[in-house]
Amino acid sequence: MIEIEGLTKRFGPIPAVAGIDLAVAKGEVLGFLGPNGAGKSTTMKMVTGYLAPTTGRVRILGHDVETDPIAAQKCLGYLPEGAPAYADMTPRQFLSFIAEIRGFKGAEINAKVDAAVGKTELDLVLDQPIDTLSKGFKRRVGLAQAILHDPPVLIMDEPTDGLDPNQKHAVRTLLRAMAPDKAIIISTHLLEEVEAICTRAVIIDRGRVVADGTPAELVARSRHHNAVTLSLPKAQAEFAKTKLKALNGVAAIEQLALADGLMELTAFPKGGALLIEDISAMVVAEKWDVKELYAEAGRLDDVFRAITTHDADRAREARA
Amino acid sequence: MNSVWPIFKREFLAYFSTPLAYVFIVIFLFAMGAFTFYIGHFYENGVADLTVFFGYHPWLYLFLVPAIAMRLWAEERRTGTMELLLTLPVPVWATVAGKYLAAWAFTGVALLLTFPIWITVNYLGNPDNGVILASYVGSFLVAGGYLAIGACISASTNNQVIAFVVSVVVCFLFTISGAPLVLDFFRGWAPLVIVNAISSFSVLTHFTAIEAGVIDLRDVIFFFSLIALFLAANVVIIDLKKTG
Repeated sequence: MIEIEGLTKRFGPIPAVAGIDLAVAKGEVLGFLGPNGAGKSTTMKMVTGYLAPTTGRVRILGHDVETDPIAAQKCLGYLPEGAPAYADMTPRQFLSFIAEIRGFKGAEINAKVDAAVGKTELDLVLDQPIDTLSKGFKRRVGLAQAILHDPPVLIMDEPTDGLDPNQKHAVRTLLRAMAPDKAIIISTHLLEEVEAICTRAVIIDRGRVVADGTPAELVARSRHHNAVTLSLPKAQAEFAKTKLKALNGVAAIEQLALADGLMELTAFPKGGALLIEDISAMVVAEKWDVKELYAEAGRLDDVFRAITTHDADRAREARA
Repeated sequence: MNSVWPIFKREFLAYFSTPLAYVFIVIFLFAMGAFTFYIGHFYENGVADLTVFFGYHPWLYLFLVPAIAMRLWAEERRTGTMELLLTLPVPVWATVAGKYLAAWAFTGVALLLTFPIWITVNYLGNPDNGVILASYVGSFLVAGGYLAIGACISASTNNQVIAFVVSVVVCFLFTISGAPLVLDFFRGWAPLVIVNAISSFSVLTHFTAIEAGVIDLRDVIFFFSLIALFLAANVVIIDLKKTG
């Protein structure tokens, strides 16, 4: 539903987006990740037609955003960065304005506004000026505005920024419920959000896609993938360490002293080997007083840091 | 066309949901009164017409209209609503037209609120109300012309102070382009056709013609072309800003 081909954007001599190709299909929730200034927002601005690309093109349901912006913009809902809205209006006035401009008439306007208000739980503040609302409510006004016309394509720049954990949960539930018949792109800094709602994660760095896969695939690239952590009394730690090191498939052991005389050991696998079975058998056989024992699927922030800082370091070396 | 109306309505109501409208209208009316009665010596003239009153309009508009126009686009950029507005399925020209017409209608409201002076002059004597009506139309057209200039300049900068100052200067040049101050600068070297052309850009010349009581089609065309020109430039500037 969204096709992005060879998209680039230069601001003067600075390339903000340096060639992005992506296709997002119906039912996909694509999480757009990247350090600040990686080009996430700029890409979204080009997809929605706010900025014209330097080269490349974007199509929304087959409509070229540059040559036929109106048709493309009819099919999409957009939450810009910071969820801007007219501060002097109330959510009801603002959403009615959006409904009217999107071509709804008469009773339809109220029906659309009510539906969007219900989904984003804005009922309580419907007649207060947006100016006076908390950050969380303002964000939800922005969300309501984006989903008002039930668009097949949703583009959201940090939809849960500024929300408390309950509100985040509500927004994620909402997005998950809408996902099956839409194509959704969200940008976020929250890696747990990607794991919670995205079917696909794309990491961009300095204007390029540096990783693209399901969250599970990305997580599998983490050095914590299948790592096993156990905590046991310090007295047993040294012995346990040597035993674990001798185990087939263990690449390295890291240790961390905890309070109450406990030691935490983490065994990292070689090539993603599964360790938990062997280690738990060993714990039972050796009768260690283990207080904690768990295996990890991996950590997305490991992968994120490895990919994005690695590149930045390389660039620094290249310059030096 | 359908999308001009919601934008017009939102924008027009926005003036009245902030103190801006009230402050503007009060200052406009006070200034009009002060100029007419104290500087123009309305009573001392002993003539029942509004020539003095309307004579000051272009000069007052020179400062008050750019004050309205400066926020038209600069404000949208500052608050980020520009991004929202330009990603809605609305052609740029409709957005430009909706915002412009709302601002123009607002100056129209301020102008209409000067009606007590019309009542006064009718109470004091028997003025030619046809001339007064023509003058109101002319005054409204001058406001519209300045507003189009100001809107266009507001679109080209994020800074409201710059938008205001540049608008005042450009409006000033359009106001006095028929005056010796400007014409003498060109007269020495430019061919007569050019000098005449520059002179014909003068808002003041066209307004004075209408104020005399004759709504000549040529004067009306002048104002509408001025407005159309700057609104077209406004659309182009917004499109250019997209390419960053």
